[in-house]
Amino acid sequence: MAAMTGTLSVTVARGTGETNTALQTFDVPAYDSQTVLDVVSWIQQNADPTLTYRFACRVGMCGSCAMMVNGVPRWTCRTHVSKVATEGKVHIGPLRNLPVIKDLAVDMDPFFDSWVDAEAVHHPTRSRHDDVARVDPESAPRTQADAGIECINCAVCYAACDTVNATPDFLGPAALQRAWTLLNDARDGQRDAILDAVSGKGGCHNCHSMGSCTAYCPNALDPMSAIAGLKRETARSFFRRRS
Amino acid sequence: MDLRLYMAQRLSALLMAPFVLVHLGGMIYVIQSGLSAQDILGRTQGSLPWMLFYGGFVVAAGVHGAIGLRTIAQEWLGLRGRALSLLGWAVGLGLITLGLRAVFAVTVAGPA
Repeated sequence: MAAMTGTLSVTVARGTGETNTALQTFDVPAYDSQTVLDVVSWIQQNADPTLTYRFACRVGMCGSCAMMVNGVPRWTCRTHVSKVATEGKVHIGPLRNLPVIKDLAVDMDPFFDSWVDAEAVHHPTRSRHDDVARVDPESAPRTQADAGIECINCAVCYAACDTVNATPDFLGPAALQRAWTLLNDARDGQRDAILDAVSGKGGCHNCHSMGSCTAYCPNALDPMSAIAGLKRETARSFFRRRS
Repeated sequence: MDLRLYMAQRLSALLMAPFVLVHLGGMIYVIQSGLSAQDILGRTQGSLPWMLFYGGFVVAAGVHGAIGLRTIAQEWLGLRGRALSLLGWAVGLGLITLGLRAVFAVTVAGPA
């Protein structure tokens, strides 16, 4: 184990649902290469076993450990404390824009429901009896789709988005980016259904292109550009369907 | 905001770009050449082209501004549903009404 390098003062949001307003401060031993998730786990294992939080893989693949760290949404398993602590202090809270279940665990239903509402589901064009579709990896649509498919559903972009905060109906960056990847997937058979789904009152046109999604995405994806692509395609379809 | 409102706001912006340029150019020309209010009215009153130009400008600005204010009311005041629609229509029709009154005042033929 690496050498201890002092003590961290960690403030954690506590409480259930609407009453997630209490702040509790813990002194946590600091280590080299310590992640924010390490800190939360230390508190739960050594100071207060009632602390509720969520994680699974610990290596940045599952997307379940995102929290607000010093007011910024981050994947805590891949965030080094040394990068975010200011004068040995760290504030950790539940993800913004989602209802709190307890302490640091939020209800992800609104986030995942928006994926379905955005028609961000594959619409197959072939059955298991058909040959596998041949997709040119160099084609422009495939390149667009590839740019967005590494999303791990962590909801960091959803928490970072001020439009989600102001307009709860807004489908959010992740769901719209997924819709964009499917729209560019040669194997998807319902382009118009996707365009209709992202054109409603909570659709892509609410986005102000502020770019927090792209700035905070831990996988360096670019949902803002994906949403801009949806705006262009829906505008084209607006004229096409009237001609 | 849905696709319909988005397109209305973008298309009205598209229309306003040449309107704004001609309007600014006209104002600079008028100031530089020292035309009086009477001179200006003499050119605009009874002019169908100026009535159509500024009438179109007012309608585009009314549509564009109303949709923008509607979005601000939705995001900052939390207005939703019917109240939001009513506010949008009221602002849009109000701006267009006030604007068209001004347009008619300077383009309808005055007393000879």
